[in-house]
Amino acid sequence: MARISLKVNNKTQVVDVDPSTPLLYVLRDNLELNGPRFGCGLAQCGACTVIMDGNAIRSCVTPVSAVQNHNLTTLEGLGSVAKPHALQAAFIEEQAAQCGFCMNGMIMNAKVLIDKNPSPTDDDIKRALDPILCRCGSHLRVIRAIQRAAKSMEV
Amino acid sequence: MRNKDISRRDIFKGAGALVVTFSLFGSVADALGQATAHIDPYGNSDYLDPTSLDSWLAIMQDGTVKVFTGKVDLGTGVETALAQIVADELDVPFRRVQMVMGDTAKTVDQGRTAGSATIERAGPQVRQAVAAGRLEMLKMAAARWQVPVDKLAVSDGVISVIGDPAKKVSYADLIGGQLFNVKITAKGTQGAMQVAPEVKPKGYQDYKVVGTPVPRVDLPPKLTGEFTYTADFRLPGMLHGRVVRPSTVISKPTSVDESSIAHIPGIVRVVQDGSFVGVVAQTEWAAVQGAAKLKVTWSTPASKMPANREEVAKYIMNTKSFTDNGPAPKGDVDAAFSNAARTFEATYHWPFQNHGMMGPSCAVADVRGDKVTIWTGAQGTFTTRDRVSDMLGVAKRNVDVIFVESSGCYGRLTTDDAAEDAVLMSRAVGKPVRVQWMRADEHVWEPKGPQQLMMVRAAIDDQGKITAWDFKGRTFPWTEAQGTPQLGERQIGQKNTAPYPGSPVGAGAVAQLYDILNQKVMASYVPWPQDDPTPLRTNPLRSPGEPAGWFASESFVDEIAAALGVDAFQFRVRQLTGNQRAAELLQSTVQQSGWKERPSPAPAAGQAKAAGRGVALIARGNTLVAAVAEVEVDRSTGNVAVKRITVGHDCGLIINPDGLKFQIEANAIQGVSRAVMEEVKFDETGVKSVDWRSYPVITFRNVPEVDIVLKNRPQNPSSGAGEPGIVPMFGAIGNAIFDAVGARLREGPFTPERVLSAMKASGGISRRA
Ligand code: FES
Ligand code: FES
Repeated sequence: MARISLKVNNKTQVVDVDPSTPLLYVLRDNLELNGPRFGCGLAQCGACTVIMDGNAIRSCVTPVSAVQNHNLTTLEGLGSVAKPHALQAAFIEEQAAQCGFCMNGMIMNAKVLIDKNPSPTDDDIKRALDPILCRCGSHLRVIRAIQRAAKSMEV
Repeated sequence: MRNKDISRRDIFKGAGALVVTFSLFGSVADALGQATAHIDPYGNSDYLDPTSLDSWLAIMQDGTVKVFTGKVDLGTGVETALAQIVADELDVPFRRVQMVMGDTAKTVDQGRTAGSATIERAGPQVRQAVAAGRLEMLKMAAARWQVPVDKLAVSDGVISVIGDPAKKVSYADLIGGQLFNVKITAKGTQGAMQVAPEVKPKGYQDYKVVGTPVPRVDLPPKLTGEFTYTADFRLPGMLHGRVVRPSTVISKPTSVDESSIAHIPGIVRVVQDGSFVGVVAQTEWAAVQGAAKLKVTWSTPASKMPANREEVAKYIMNTKSFTDNGPAPKGDVDAAFSNAARTFEATYHWPFQNHGMMGPSCAVADVRGDKVTIWTGAQGTFTTRDRVSDMLGVAKRNVDVIFVESSGCYGRLTTDDAAEDAVLMSRAVGKPVRVQWMRADEHVWEPKGPQQLMMVRAAIDDQGKITAWDFKGRTFPWTEAQGTPQLGERQIGQKNTAPYPGSPVGAGAVAQLYDILNQKVMASYVPWPQDDPTPLRTNPLRSPGEPAGWFASESFVDEIAAALGVDAFQFRVRQLTGNQRAAELLQSTVQQSGWKERPSPAPAAGQAKAAGRGVALIARGNTLVAAVAEVEVDRSTGNVAVKRITVGHDCGLIINPDGLKFQIEANAIQGVSRAVMEEVKFDETGVKSVDWRSYPVITFRNVPEVDIVLKNRPQNPSSGAGEPGIVPMFGAIGNAIFDAVGARLREGPFTPERVLSAMKASGGISRRA
């Protein structure tokens, strides 16, 4: 066990965990942040995505010891039902989820995409999100939602 | 569940969390401080009484309308759709309606959430129950003012006297916070239950909320991380469990070396019970590592896995079936064949496929002596309850199974494995245990959609009309979904004595759309070759049996059309003179797709990248679906790119057009995935499709455009929409491939290798009769 200090959603918290624990379990079980989800634990689906220093990482294969002193953002850090982020608002507007289980991966990766490329084409979106799996078939609405968000964020 | 319904943090502050937790789910009993659960009119204390209005409906003091249903939302939006039905029937604003779903102690058993039956069956049950409630409240108001009921009107949950608007009272003021204590009629059980049939519901002309695209109530919290999925459900003092199973037929563990994981901090117990092995730990990570590293030696399994799909196909063909069923035959098939101008015959084949839930199985169980509580995403919470009651030998009423939504499951959670695993582990450690399967557990051990074979023959007269149709489907039954002992149970020694399901569906009850005078359609089920739990176990996979069954019949229709040199759409229309509704839907679908009439294959079928289009038409219950697929086949690699799908859909009265469109689109995309790339791989040593690399599914770059034609028929009752949309996909895509390259695929999925070998077999040239 080790005391590890994490900066998540602009808040610093200390957890006492086995340092080899994947970040995902720490976020979920220790910090009760349910946005990042367990889909595969193998870096194959993207359900566990969080943003570290502006880049999407897969928290299921990232040991918690490797993320100290980095800025982490989870889905909860983007917005809430009361105050949704533009992306979340656009996903709601487009009704872009079936079961919603994959949506953490969709939204977090879309966030990184839009931050780097504020007006992505459909192909840019498809390329960026291709590694994120959705079994329900929400893909087309996800593309529409990201386009809507990108437009709403244009200055 | 939406977190506004529960505030976990508040609840878990105190001790005795479990007891408190019950009140989270806000049944009328809790809300009103009286027990309505397990009302016992017939000496049956195991089910909530459907003849009590209070079992269905509660008006809260603040005007909230709670409606209780045994159905659950599997991520398809039925919570919203049912609430729309309620809002209209009661004349209350949609936002005021709250659905309480799938708690065995607090909802009526309306059958499993399966078979696309929620809107079709539970919709009318809920509508009638709340219509009875509305009438009850009208009667109370009528008595209060001494006016007849038909002199009353309701708007926004307020009853008033027509022509005397000063006389008004809200539902909440009338009965908020109180029980109705009123009997309604309810005959039959589950999906066949007739609830208050004597009460006249509103006519469809009066719907204001039904038929409109009300946004889903569950989506905002799902998109912000505020929703509680099964995997997010936590109890104080809860431990974490993981299962240990081989990727082949389960045998006896001859040794379980606990010392192999003794060094991992936080391991609580290695649970061994018969051939069941699990690891319970303080943290998830410890449980994950423990299960991965635990040294277990398994004895040689008593029976082997089949070597490959060809071996399974032979077995299915040559084994005596235990049940054969189908619709009553029509006419004289044999005579029609002897009088035929031409006859055709073909065999089709589809492999095992996975449901592939994005979130693997997960459940939390708390076993305390003879009281058991389970939180699970099961499609049939009552089935889980009955299985666990049987497994532990405790009374049904002592097992409360509470639905907490999981990821989309498409039939997979008709078999609630994780709940049984959690029960076994919780019983062993005396604490609540959350079990989550790892990705390989799910891929290997999920019950699969079974392999299928379909043999079709047809006779044609000299007018090009089909005069006889002889269809035989052969497959395995769903061994794991009919209340038979399941995985965990069987590992602890419960024998699978239950008979196989008497009337399974899905080997392909097809072609009845067309007016063919002489028909024989038969579905035959062969018993699985081994008793030991095998990873090739089966359960219903979205529209069980039908995508492959209709693949066979709609490919076959296409083969005949091509052989006769007739346009595939025209050929179907020719056989649809007796089915106006189907003909209309087909017509508007091909029109929308931009279909040009001509025989298949396409004239340009020799090009390097060959474009093709194919059509298929299906019926599932009262729902009709037509689909046109447009593909591009790379002649050198055999790769099939599905470019566009046009779907026409007719399921009677549409409750929520946006939700319906999304269901159709989602079915189309999942259908493309299953048609072109999905197959469970296995050999004698076990299942080889163990993750998303070895069992790929569709990703963004391969998702086609989807174009939808909705047919609303408000005068017809709503029929299912959760599954029918996937059914025509295999056929439409297979037909499009034929159109593109002139090669007929009678086996799926349509992988590059399979397409290349079909092209080779067809001689690489277009065959046109
Ligand atoms: S859970 Fe991390 S990629 Fe699937
Ligand atoms: S919405 Fe269910 S997995 Fe994507």
